[in-house]
Amino acid sequence: MSTTTSTDSRARGKAPAGERVADWADGRLGIYSLAKANMRKIFPDHWSFMLGEICLYSFIIIILTGVYLTLFFHPSMNEVEYHGSYVPLQGQLMSEAYKSTLDISFDVRGGLLIRQIHHWAALIFVAGMFVHMMRVFFTGAFRKPREINWLFGFLLLVLGMFTGFTGYSLPDDLLSGTGIRFMEGAILSVPIVGTYLSFFLFGGEFPGDDFVARFFSIHVLLLPGIMLGLVVAHLILVFYHKHTQFPGPGKTNKNVVGMPLLPVYMAKAGGFFFLVFGVIAAVAAIATVNPIWAIGPYRPDMVSTGAQPDWYMGFSEGLVRVMPGWEINFWGHTLVLGVFIPLMIFPLVLVAIAVYPFIESWVTGDKREHHILDRPRNAPTRTAFGVAWMTLYFVLLIGGGNDIWATHFHLSINAITWFVRIAFFVAPVVAFVVTKRICLGLQRRDKEKVLHGRESGIIKRLPHGEFIEVHEPLSQEQLYTLTAHEQPKPLELGPEVDENGVRRKVKASEKLRAKLSKGFYGEESQIPKPTVEEYKEITSGHGHH
Amino acid sequence: MSSQDIPEENLPAAQDTSHGAVKLADEQNPFADPGLPPHEPRVQDIDERAAKRSERTVALLFTVSMLATVGFIASYVTIPVDKAVYIWPLGHISALNFALGMTLGLALFCIGAGAVHWARTLMSDHELADERHPIEAAPEVRAKVMDDFRQGAKESVIGRRKLIRNTMFGALALVPLSGVVLLRDLGPLPGTKLRHTLWSKGKLLVNMNTNEPLRPSDLIVGSLTFAKPEGLEEHDHGFQNEIAKAALMLVRIQPDDIKDKRALEWSHEGILAYSKICTHVGCPISLYEQQTHHALCPCHQSTFDLADGAKVIFGPAGHPLPQLRIGVNDEGYLEALGDFEEPVGPAFWERG
Amino acid sequence: MKKLSARRRHPLAALVVLLLALACTGGLYAVFAPADKAQADETAQSLTIEEGKKLYTVGCASCHGTGGQGTSDGPSLVGVGAAAVDFQVSTGRMPAATSQAAQIPRKKNIYSQAEIDQLAAYIASLGAGPAVPTEEQYGPEGADAAKGGELFRNNCAQCHNFTGKGGALTHGKYAPDLEGVTPKHIYEAMLTGPQNMPSFPDSTLSEQNKKDVIAYLNAVNGEETESYGGLALGGIGPVAEGLFAWIFGLGALIAVAVWVAARTAKAKKS
Repeated sequence: MSTTTSTDSRARGKAPAGERVADWADGRLGIYSLAKANMRKIFPDHWSFMLGEICLYSFIIIILTGVYLTLFFHPSMNEVEYHGSYVPLQGQLMSEAYKSTLDISFDVRGGLLIRQIHHWAALIFVAGMFVHMMRVFFTGAFRKPREINWLFGFLLLVLGMFTGFTGYSLPDDLLSGTGIRFMEGAILSVPIVGTYLSFFLFGGEFPGDDFVARFFSIHVLLLPGIMLGLVVAHLILVFYHKHTQFPGPGKTNKNVVGMPLLPVYMAKAGGFFFLVFGVIAAVAAIATVNPIWAIGPYRPDMVSTGAQPDWYMGFSEGLVRVMPGWEINFWGHTLVLGVFIPLMIFPLVLVAIAVYPFIESWVTGDKREHHILDRPRNAPTRTAFGVAWMTLYFVLLIGGGNDIWATHFHLSINAITWFVRIAFFVAPVVAFVVTKRICLGLQRRDKEKVLHGRESGIIKRLPHGEFIEVHEPLSQEQLYTLTAHEQPKPLELGPEVDENGVRRKVKASEKLRAKLSKGFYGEESQIPKPTVEEYKEITSGHGHH
Repeated sequence: MSSQDIPEENLPAAQDTSHGAVKLADEQNPFADPGLPPHEPRVQDIDERAAKRSERTVALLFTVSMLATVGFIASYVTIPVDKAVYIWPLGHISALNFALGMTLGLALFCIGAGAVHWARTLMSDHELADERHPIEAAPEVRAKVMDDFRQGAKESVIGRRKLIRNTMFGALALVPLSGVVLLRDLGPLPGTKLRHTLWSKGKLLVNMNTNEPLRPSDLIVGSLTFAKPEGLEEHDHGFQNEIAKAALMLVRIQPDDIKDKRALEWSHEGILAYSKICTHVGCPISLYEQQTHHALCPCHQSTFDLADGAKVIFGPAGHPLPQLRIGVNDEGYLEALGDFEEPVGPAFWERG
Repeated sequence: MKKLSARRRHPLAALVVLLLALACTGGLYAVFAPADKAQADETAQSLTIEEGKKLYTVGCASCHGTGGQGTSDGPSLVGVGAAAVDFQVSTGRMPAATSQAAQIPRKKNIYSQAEIDQLAAYIASLGAGPAVPTEEQYGPEGADAAKGGELFRNNCAQCHNFTGKGGALTHGKYAPDLEGVTPKHIYEAMLTGPQNMPSFPDSTLSEQNKKDVIAYLNAVNGEETESYGGLALGGIGPVAEGLFAWIFGLGALIAVAVWVAARTAKAKKS
């Protein structure tokens, strides 16, 4: 009690105004205890650690510009005649949603800019999440204790895709309407309940009068609300876990080396928000995105070639385009496999990468915390899996744009479709094998470097006439960095009979696990890193060669 | 499956635990962690003139940002919203959009660049190390929590009074059903709506372009025409829903070239009327190649052979485009001889 | 004859004679004079056809047959009309290098307009077909670009894209970009349906409709067309936008991130 009184009296004394406000807030919110842990929190410096910030900031930009757009956008499908500023649409019938989007683009000063910032930021947001996720994946940052944060991030990616898709549909232009029509067809393909789902979603037959208003509340309220919650949780966990770091001298699994939040990261991260916003604003100033006036209002009997979704839905478009048209009719029912199978593979593609961390931790049986990142080459199987997954993803993206590739590279659309059909199965396997070999090659090179030093580029002539390149020994820092990674041994099943000579029952899952473990850490999956003995033998022997 | 399954010796040796402490290289281990490298000063740390230069750069960036904001407001006020300018290499673009975007971009970018330059050159760049603490609770804490939980559970008597527990779970499981039921009025039930279109016997085929009924002589071999049922006008309420099913694609092929017998029978002198709605997912399909008689869907490249009953010859569509049976009425106009015999557009479970 | 001679002196006789004479002269003129002119035109026409036939024999007959009846290498030209010839030859598609390619591309035209007219006249003489449109038909007067937009989206955009940027067809065929194609050629293409393009005769797409379509194309795909938001990125939709967002949007941001995170240069040790 006495201490409280004394601090109070001190605060009421000559303390500066800022301090008094902080004291006031602390008395109600306990901000000092919060700040004690966080104000000088250390963050490591690496450009790839800022990819997540790109996503965070573009998300904030999308919210800011989105709120502005709602002030002018009318989420209504009432048919009106257009008499605005854009001449080539004069007198055309269109929905109010489309008309208000035209007005935002042509009659609201700066409306076009805000619309373009919103759309570009959305494209960059999802691209940023994709790259951020790949960074986390290839460096193994998803390992314990960060598995849940990995899932939060994954959910953000999926929700970001759907928020983008619903937003793309709102202007009710010919392109987005075609996308919605595709979605309706896909829903219809769902066995048993498909037609009901479609009628409930569209308030009756396609297109009906409802979907713009419904998608609007999903786009501006439901999905962004969930995402906002997930973003906050994601950030709290980043703070709580403290950031991972790359291996290097002085960096251990029990510390984090970098700069303090106040002042360096306050300035760098805060400044980076303005940099991101500035770059996106400039992009919106120089490049058009989704010029809906050129696309025209939606009519279900009209279409344009080159009908594509935004890029993040491109891989699902690819799945649909390359699927053969299988349809099974039985007992008065139709199973639309040609649409339903892609509809099911679509989430599977995403889930494949999302569950990988759990598979890896099961295979390795590793339950320790990891705060030091892996160099991708030192985890060849994981890296190869990631590259195989990305290969699959990009093959499908090619499939999704097959008509554009056909016209721009003078190819046959049928040939591209067949290429994607085959590559869907073959390319990931090839990518896996090739990546693994490259990783092993890089591991060998690291070993060479540790044992024989760095190629200096200096050629020396020996007394007997031989030319050799001088290898410089590595510094202690480099030696440490190149040898700090761990190399687990594969799991062994143990003897098949116990000490009494009785056959031990080995579960099938155990056998699978041992096999996978061998795939991860067996002789063919990692190059043994140099030992101190090897190093000493070579350095004490015939010098640098 | 837990880590206990793995023999201890198979796990790699624990990482160096001397968090941050400098462990000097020694004879025994040349690969040992040498610890954090010593701090090296930047130019700005030792040269006050360089620091002053940095200060001025930061201030300049902030000033440019202020000027750009002034420019933004000036552009907003002075440039008409419909003014177009030619700017190489962008083309003829909106002057206002470009001016607003560039000034806003510059104003924001300079704030960021100033802050980052300040952080990079003038703020301390001493690397610091924070310790990490294990996230798992200490065993005592864990034991305490478990005890508390058991105590609480015991005091609630939930374990003993099973009736309460079971009825509570029942009530909680049922209550969300109200929410599900509330969704019923999102839309009507499908009924047979997907099976019927506006076409019926005697309905004239009206040209989409001219809004006039079509005569057979209007359609020449190699031409492509789109038709709607008579009486459906663009201003009608429900036009979108009806045209989404009724849109018709008319082509004329030499009767000798028509391979499918039924298609020929349902045509009128080689004039074939197919649904314009793709049987895959419903895009309006109409990329008609008049020499090959193939029609391609622009969305997913399903290809139909219109000379052969619109059979699918490539792509993801599962069945042919439905054909509308047509004839000519007494006045010589093309008319439908009924509705489509099968549902148009994408397949669905009840289609059969 | 008495009667006649008796009435010869009738006061109205002179008038009757005058009228008769006038009628005869007018009639004779009506019969003979135009015939002379027609004859002259016919001679000129047959000369043109004659010239066209010579050009045809040199440049076209190897594929389309000596009488335009067609061979295995080229279709019959009987009844395709002058419009088709004018389109194919003046866009350089004909004469084609080979009939084996998926599609015959636009090339540099090697004939003068006079030669093309001669060729067109010859082909038109083989069988009736659409004539070359006049400026009045495809010019901008009285055209409604907005209506043209609707017609374009209904009839053309499925192959040529919203604003006529072109698109893919099956097996390497394509609908070409319409930028820079003259209104006359667009009109002729709609009328005659070159290669795999279906035709849109006046009976289904009226002259006014065609005029509207051309006005729309001129408004959205002309040299002076405004791309209000900035770079049009080819006007081909989300694929180009996605590439731009990745390469220039995210690319620029990553470049900035590298600068933000990079170590500041250290003072050189002296």
